[in-house]
Amino acid sequence: MADYRGVLVLAEMRDQATAPITRELLGAGRRLAQDIGEGLSALLLGSGLGAATKEAIASGADKVYVVDSTAFASYNSDGYLTVVTKVCQEIRPAILLMGQTSIGRDLAPLVAARLGASLSTDCVDLKIEPATKKLVQTRPVYGGNALAVVVSKAYPQIATVRARAMKPAEPDASRQGEVIAIDVGSLETRVRIVDVVKMETGQVKLEEAKVVVAGGAGISEAKDFDLVKELAAVLGGAVGATRLPCEDGLVPWGFQIGQTGKIVAPDLYIAVAISGAPQHMAGCSGSKCIVAVNKDPQANIFKVADFGIVADYKQALPVMIKKCQEIKTSH
Amino acid sequence: MNIIVCIKQIIDPEMPPAKFKVDSQAKKVIPPESIPLKVSPFDAQAVEAALRIKEKQSATITALTVGQATASEAIKHVLSMGVDEGIILSDAAFEGSDVFGTAYILSQAIRKIGNYHLILCGRQAADWDMGVVGSALAEYLGIPVVTLARKVEASGANLRVERVIPDGHEVAEVALPVVVTVSSELGQPRLPSGKGIIMAARKKVPIWSAKDIECDLSRVGAGAARSDLTALFIPTQKRRGEMVSGENAADAAAKLVLRLREEKAI
Repeated sequence: MADYRGVLVLAEMRDQATAPITRELLGAGRRLAQDIGEGLSALLLGSGLGAATKEAIASGADKVYVVDSTAFASYNSDGYLTVVTKVCQEIRPAILLMGQTSIGRDLAPLVAARLGASLSTDCVDLKIEPATKKLVQTRPVYGGNALAVVVSKAYPQIATVRARAMKPAEPDASRQGEVIAIDVGSLETRVRIVDVVKMETGQVKLEEAKVVVAGGAGISEAKDFDLVKELAAVLGGAVGATRLPCEDGLVPWGFQIGQTGKIVAPDLYIAVAISGAPQHMAGCSGSKCIVAVNKDPQANIFKVADFGIVADYKQALPVMIKKCQEIKTSH
Repeated sequence: MNIIVCIKQIIDPEMPPAKFKVDSQAKKVIPPESIPLKVSPFDAQAVEAALRIKEKQSATITALTVGQATASEAIKHVLSMGVDEGIILSDAAFEGSDVFGTAYILSQAIRKIGNYHLILCGRQAADWDMGVVGSALAEYLGIPVVTLARKVEASGANLRVERVIPDGHEVAEVALPVVVTVSSELGQPRLPSGKGIIMAARKKVPIWSAKDIECDLSRVGAGAARSDLTALFIPTQKRRGEMVSGENAADAAAKLVLRLREEKAI
């Protein structure tokens, strides 16, 4: 569709700074824009965006559309939906990228429905088909059991991108770009956010930890999670879990790693009593090294791990904790 | 209060990965013979959310599904959980509809029902994992949506929803009618009761066709899909799969740590 041009990335802010997903989206967006021979734009919504605007340009955006307003200091569906659809109608991007994040999950389906656009959520690979210049979208389906490859028939081609799936842009401060402020006027908000409750986990942010030790359904009591926590502590890492221990209340939901939980990509991921269901592996498959401790030799986790031992965690973990302590103190 | 819950019948997402097979030529998943189809787990949790509201106030719950003849089993399942009515939306013209086509079909059925206050959906179907239908449905009905709910409470003409955000939740208030999509954090759905199973068996489940819901045929079916599936395959694993063994669990654990040390992973 010749009248749709370029790539637009919805940049995200987190704690008043550019969110990590934004650099990943700009990295992917730059590559795709180059492959279709057109420009890359970023759309940035928030409050106090001066530094983030410069960073978007340094990370590859030729143009940055900015809505800098206290009304956008935090995410709201209606406001974002209005702005994103308005910008898409004006600049008609061939490709629109968002993160498969709290914001992207909520917003992308609404934007696609309102624009009559196509949408692939949770993409792990994006490339351009050379002959047609169309976006080839690869996404896990059936909880990660299979991969589907999809090509759009409707424009813009919208894709949300899984965290840690794309190589982040390397910022280059010498890059030049154009900044375009958007006036959005007054906005209707049908959903009112009356309270925000943050849960303190008392540990390193899971997504940023270099080491993650996670417990699975094989752990039946809260006190047995102490072994997982102790191993994580010795290695200076964070504790995670599969869905079941969260569902059973052994650990808070904020610990859940997986397709519908957090996506982590540490250097070392130790899976304790985890069966290795694809829905869980979706959240940790970007880890450099995956280690499995499971007493069932048939467990799927051994097929998706780098190193494994067939062992009851109750016997294995105390030894691992002791040995790791020895290594750390001798170092 | 009139509550509508949209459900989908799918291949059991928790089947062992070894049993998961794909026909790459036909670009279809081969349903495993020994494992029955089930209601998508997030949709069962949407039903649970509706039933929890009904425990506190008078409500009628209607379940809708877009599907074929086997979909009656999915409807019977939620009826036996305590849902009051079920309707199957089925027509040859619906086959191959994408998420937007499906949302349109549901929106037309809901318009026909007419008097509704709350529409509940799972956060995503646990087969294609798109997470689009609930939100697109809200757009087509011209009403708001609150996604990823972990708690849904009605108070008069308003709804109070706790929605999951990273490291916590936020509390949203919204006037009815509204669509809410439900996440795992809501908790386990109840099991069917004996009485429920008997009631469900007696219940008539009507089937509505494209004509019954005044469906614009240009918006449904494979022809209206906004994307083409060009490939479907099972990914190959690129991990080393190195097993470390020992005389017993403790010995294996000690050797594992040494091995990880060698690899500079620790």
